[in-house]
Amino acid sequence: MMRPRNDGATECGRREFFGFAAAGLLSVVPSFRRFVPVQDTLPSTGPSGRLWDPARAGRPLDPVVAADNDAAIQAIEKQLHCTCGCNLDVYTCRTTDFTCGVSPEMHRQVIALAERGMTGQQIVDQFVREHGLTILMAPPKRGFNLAGYFTPAIVIVLAAGVLTFVLRRWARAASGVPAAAPAAPTVTAAPEELERLRRELDQLPT
Amino acid sequence: MTLLGTLALWLAFLLGVWGALAGFMGGLATPPRPDLARSARHAVFAMCGALLVAVVSLEWALFQHDFNVEYVAAYTSRNLPIFYTWSALYAGQKGSLLFWATVLSVFGSLALALTSRRHRHLLPHVAGVVSVVAAFFISVMLFGHANPFQRLPYTPLDGSGLNPQLQNPGMVFHPPMLYLGYISITIPFAFALAALLSKRLDADWLVAIRKWTLLSWLFLSIGICLGMWWAYVELGWGGYWAWDPVENASLLPWLTMTAFLHSVMIQEKRGMLKKWNLALIIGSWLLSIFGTFITRSGVISSVHSFTQSSVGYFFLAFLIVAGVSSFALYATRLPLLEAEARLESMVSREASFLFNNLLFIGIAFSVLWGTLFPILSELVQGTKVTVGPPFFNQVNIPLGLALLGLTGIGPLIAWRRASLPNLQRQFAVPVTVGVFTGLVLLVAGIRDFYALMAMALGGFVMGTVVQEFARGTGARHRQYGEGYALALGRLLARNRRRYGGYIVHTGIVILFVAFAGMAFKTETEATLKPGESASIRSPYGWTYRLTHLGISQYDALNRQVTAATLDVTRDGTPLGVLTTEKRQHVDALGRPTFQPSTEVGIRSDLREDLYVVLGGVVNGTEQAVFRFTINPLVWWVWYGGMIVALGGLIVMWPGGSPAVKRAQAGYAVRLVEEK
Repeated sequence: MMRPRNDGATECGRREFFGFAAAGLLSVVPSFRRFVPVQDTLPSTGPSGRLWDPARAGRPLDPVVAADNDAAIQAIEKQLHCTCGCNLDVYTCRTTDFTCGVSPEMHRQVIALAERGMTGQQIVDQFVREHGLTILMAPPKRGFNLAGYFTPAIVIVLAAGVLTFVLRRWARAASGVPAAAPAAPTVTAAPEELERLRRELDQLPT
Repeated sequence: MTLLGTLALWLAFLLGVWGALAGFMGGLATPPRPDLARSARHAVFAMCGALLVAVVSLEWALFQHDFNVEYVAAYTSRNLPIFYTWSALYAGQKGSLLFWATVLSVFGSLALALTSRRHRHLLPHVAGVVSVVAAFFISVMLFGHANPFQRLPYTPLDGSGLNPQLQNPGMVFHPPMLYLGYISITIPFAFALAALLSKRLDADWLVAIRKWTLLSWLFLSIGICLGMWWAYVELGWGGYWAWDPVENASLLPWLTMTAFLHSVMIQEKRGMLKKWNLALIIGSWLLSIFGTFITRSGVISSVHSFTQSSVGYFFLAFLIVAGVSSFALYATRLPLLEAEARLESMVSREASFLFNNLLFIGIAFSVLWGTLFPILSELVQGTKVTVGPPFFNQVNIPLGLALLGLTGIGPLIAWRRASLPNLQRQFAVPVTVGVFTGLVLLVAGIRDFYALMAMALGGFVMGTVVQEFARGTGARHRQYGEGYALALGRLLARNRRRYGGYIVHTGIVILFVAFAGMAFKTETEATLKPGESASIRSPYGWTYRLTHLGISQYDALNRQVTAATLDVTRDGTPLGVLTTEKRQHVDALGRPTFQPSTEVGIRSDLREDLYVVLGGVVNGTEQAVFRFTINPLVWWVWYGGMIVALGGLIVMWPGGSPAVKRAQAGYAVRLVEEK
């Protein structure tokens, strides 16, 4: 069931659910009284008219062009690290909340390089020449970086090998000592005793 | 009140130091010094009281808008909703340190008060360890320029307010849940050190920490899921996990604790893996401190981290000292930790649990390795590299899938030794279900290898779980003549640990399938004037059409809102309207406090989410830029998380006499001795 989300805190179904459920736990329900539905106090001036205060809508944007949705451009941008300090790739950063001023600039640079006929790899290499390896979302698979990619796998494989070796040795040692494995006990109890045992076992809580 | 708060901090610090001295001296003295042990116990209670006074003092300052207090001015404003004013307690570095120390002292007090008489010999050391850790956190506040009661030389008219992204119900509950998870690991760690110090390394300490380990794991699980939900609905990038260093830091102790919850069963049933289990508990606690260090030091850049400050050095020093001393003590006790039984077969539950542990620790290692690799690279080759999602996905997805496979294999293999006919009987149905699932998905056109594997393995694990429930229920039905519903209920109620665990496995399967759904994510950007429409095609084959209805602007309590409304149809069928917003937060004087933030519009159903972000407007008009994303199966992430939490609650639900627990924990030990 979809509903308009004027306030975001009160009218979105999931938030309402999570918010109130957890708030009930912490007994701070009264604080929600502050989240009253709001009035549309500052309407715009008409269809496609100017907003009352455009500054409230964040950074002014240009209309979307075809290159913005180009899968090849997006694939390149997903390999490049935005330098605004957000830890995101250029594509994700420029489309997340559209407040970053750095990722749109990098996006324009990618488009410009693509329009000059450069391939995806050439564009990525150009960024690396300008910014260094930190511009890549993942280090290139060469030199010391190979350690980054393969150390976990090598360690796990080695550990699995050692574990297998040790387990086999233990298992062989156990099979070489027949007495180590307890023999199945001979049942000497009467049927009624077994039944009583069954009932008592059944009453165990765990 | 701030003076009272500072005095309370000092008192708590002194009590912590005394509690540590008295606890360790009382525990190690020969002959025993019960007077010192009692004093340590009382010191922890008193420290808890003092810290609660400090918390009340800080909350008082927050609610009174005492902006002369630097922390209050930095994280609140007069128009901040009460709900978030309360949560400002842990929104900043200094307040969260106070929150941490206080919760630890509460947990420590509960552990000392509630632990059964049988484990009393461990309690002086437990009091000592809790006191040391709490005193450390208090000392960071007092000596690391992190006192939340620090005053400013002037009083601002209003505070800076809380970061808009933290003004979300998810963010109110996600940090405390994670903190509770991190902090409660200290209690099992304290019992582990107590067992090492007292040389009482039988199964007793495991009984004492059983509930605490489950509690930590449960809080961590809930905290991580809430964090994912918050990231999804609030940050606006359309995902829930970005392999950010701070996210990784929360995952590390969860992985090691999960490994422990599996391997401890082998110690309880067979008296094996004593060394390993102790190392896992110590390692989990060190990873929780490591996570704190990552979050607070600024050593690795993260969107989640607190402002870079000197407290990172305190944590690094503490981490090194605690790690070296804990493992040094552990090394001296190794001769006392010999296994009481040996593995009898490679094809046994024990062996499968060991490989399960290997994968958990392997994934933890690879996450840690990736998180620290930028630092390592800078040290070795002088170049700092970025290690983002592509790296982590490449390394961890195969490991995660292997772990999912083992989730289904483990329960199918018998303890001690499995025979071939037994294996055939156990595996037939789950393997058939897994293969059938994979084939159906292949025929349905799914070609993404990892997604296909995740869903096929999910089918296999669900086959295992359903088979286990069906066989258990059927056995009760045959043996006791119970109806199937009653038999299922009693099966679960009387074997909570086993079948609650299977419910957790079900939740994990659902999570993996939901993660796989993101392989089919679709997104597009569009600029729309009012009345114009854009279309986006779902991976399920239908098409959404979104028509821009217009933009309105209005004032809310502490923000100025610009809201765009869209009419949504699916293949021509009206679905309703969706609103997405830009919010400019302001203080009580109307001054902007942060950059405008985005509120996402989300339309969810069980199959997919339609996720709409208002990018901004063109030339100050109602012509707006939108990003539309279709995220398949996201709702199942939240369902999966809830099922994991439900399973965890069932496992830890109180019940069973201490005698029964001890009998379970010491089962193999007695068996061997009696032979």
